Amino acid sequence: MKKQIVSAAFGVAVLGAATAAGAATLDDVKAKGFVQCGVSQGLPGFSNPDAAGNWTGIDVDLCRGIAAAVFGDATKVKYTPLSAKERFTALQSGEVDVLSRNTTWTMSRDTQLGLNFAGVNYYDGQGFMVRKDLGVKSALELSGASVCTNTGTTTELNVADYFRANKMEYEIVAFEKADEVVAAYDAGRCDVYTTDQSGLYAQRLKLTNPADHVVLPEVISKEPLGPVVRQGDDQWFNIVKWTHFAMINAEELGITSANVDEMKNSDNPEVKRVLGTEGEFGTALGIGNDWAYNVIKQVGNYSEVFDRNVGPDTELAISRGVNALWSKGGLQYAPPIR
Amino acid sequence: MALTESASVDDKPKVALLNDPKIRGAIIQTILVIFLAWLVWSMVHNAAFNLAKAGIASGFGFLDRSAGFDVNFSPFLEFGQTSTNWDAYLVGLQNTLILAFIGVIFATIIGFIVGVARLSQNWVISKIAYWYVEILRNIPLLLQIFIWYKGVGAFLPDKRNPMDLGFLGQLNAAGLFAPKPVFADGAGVVGWALLAGIVITIFIGRWASARQMKTGERFPVFWTGLGLIVLLPVLSYFIMGMPISAEYPVTGNFGPRGGMQVIPEFIAMLLALSLYTAAFIAEIVRAGILAVNKGQSEASAALGLRRGPALRLVVVPQAMRVIIPPLTSQYLNLTKNSSLAVAIAYPDLTAMFAGTALNTVGQAVEILLMTMLTYLAISLLTSTFMNWYNKRMALVER
Repeated sequence: MKKQIVSAAFGVAVLGAATAAGAATLDDVKAKGFVQCGVSQGLPGFSNPDAAGNWTGIDVDLCRGIAAAVFGDATKVKYTPLSAKERFTALQSGEVDVLSRNTTWTMSRDTQLGLNFAGVNYYDGQGFMVRKDLGVKSALELSGASVCTNTGTTTELNVADYFRANKMEYEIVAFEKADEVVAAYDAGRCDVYTTDQSGLYAQRLKLTNPADHVVLPEVISKEPLGPVVRQGDDQWFNIVKWTHFAMINAEELGITSANVDEMKNSDNPEVKRVLGTEGEFGTALGIGNDWAYNVIKQVGNYSEVFDRNVGPDTELAISRGVNALWSKGGLQYAPPIR
Repeated sequence: MALTESASVDDKPKVALLNDPKIRGAIIQTILVIFLAWLVWSMVHNAAFNLAKAGIASGFGFLDRSAGFDVNFSPFLEFGQTSTNWDAYLVGLQNTLILAFIGVIFATIIGFIVGVARLSQNWVISKIAYWYVEILRNIPLLLQIFIWYKGVGAFLPDKRNPMDLGFLGQLNAAGLFAPKPVFADGAGVVGWALLAGIVITIFIGRWASARQMKTGERFPVFWTGLGLIVLLPVLSYFIMGMPISAEYPVTGNFGPRGGMQVIPEFIAMLLALSLYTAAFIAEIVRAGILAVNKGQSEASAALGLRRGPALRLVVVPQAMRVIIPPLTSQYLNLTKNSSLAVAIAYPDLTAMFAGTALNTVGQAVEILLMTMLTYLAISLLTSTFMNWYNKRMALVER
């Protein structure tokens, strides 16, 4: 028996993955008193620290939503900035509880890494950015160009596919950190910078002269970005998934952080179920029955989160587009809470 | 009492088996071996068990799967659409070896020059060498890589206004675009002629030194050899109708195209690695030369040898015995340090296989294991070679 314990301990030491996989993440999170959230190393609009070290962004707000659902306090989150390369290992090994880091949902990631994608909080697609003075109008004119990108991303694979499919030559320069990619592009090492279109708009703000650069019209891939959890912990998977769905349902029902207290008196049974005045939906998740109320009150519904971080009034100025609600011609759709 | 006891030393002492040092040693070692074996087994078993439990794929099947990504630097191997993760491993290994090999050569040459210069009687030269060593070996290597890549790289001209280096090609922010040799039919003959020139020179050299030993007459080996090595290929080049030509880079929409592109990441890595390691080698060389007894150089001076030949023929051969062992570990350091390439996007083994491929495949245990074993193998091969060389240089007693 003792031997087994010792050998298990060695196994854990060798592979951090061991403990994390089986144990209930919710219990761990409750025990330590905060949600450890894996985010990017700085992508405006998605997860970006300000000068004071406060994180903002659409991915950050999802983490805050989870904390609000679990603890009733959206501030109980700690952030771990991760490179594209590190992110899955950090989640697999239990270093973070949830990865909310503009990560594309693909089949191989879903099936081979021991991870589960808990929904899509931003529908994106890959694009290209070039200097205006090159006079390039379409991605199909890029034959012979040097392309800067992040290593270990779907972007790197998509660009290989795209240039091959269109029989164009190119030179790939793949850096580990997003900031290094931007710096190399800015320094003229590459002619083209490629990543998700939202990322292009966000990173353009970091260039010396943002106005000198233009995002080409082509979108060459589907990039559904969403939160990721470890496989095999369905309770935690459900909490993350339904935190996101609660925000979308709230938008659909017109519940905002401003009117959520009034809405508590609503006669609408759907609103009542969301806000926990009817039914035991939170209890079934293993958390408080006012989970969705806390999410909406402290973080807001999906449209508030979108507008605050990437919407038309922000520096990024991205319109809802495919990220509008299904009822308004977009793709954001949540199963009903009932 | 003491006397009687010491008298019985010759008799076999009758002690319990456990107290017999031989048997006890054997038992302890057996237990240790069993414990280590169990430790390794349990680590492997636990890793496999936990990977399976976490739903993470395992095994080496991924090596045959298509890699899907591209690489911008692969001088010898082809890497393209149908390439697998195994090809990615080979290309990464190739890039690591090229960097390490050229780096070792540069570091050795620079290191020897600086090391000797450090002992120069010329005050300026020795001070320059002193500051070179002190500055370069005391700044972290990663910083030096960044200085060469980002600092010096920032002064490189824009891609569309490259610096013209004449017959060397063009230099710009995307690297050096050198002319690429194009081999037509008959180019092989030139290669063979070059090889023949080298082989004949080696034989002439052996014959000449044997003759000098016997008769004391010297033969101009250097000039004959140079003539052979240069003349034979040049002659055959013209006889075969000039089969080798150069493809010069041409200016396209996005700067120079064609020719042979040496990416700036490689140049930065090479400069940083070789200049940094050269500082350490310089100190090793200096120590080696100082370790040779002063009497040796005085004796050569007494025999009428000037400082140059004295250094070359008497001091350095003896110094080599002191130099080679620490030199080996510098070579190993340089090779291992080449994995810092990951910081500036040079596609070496770590960046390409333990980086990009690991990310697309997600099997950290297998890939990191392969990468570690590869570095281990490179290091062991290097030290085997250096040990062989050390034996050859070692003092042979006659």
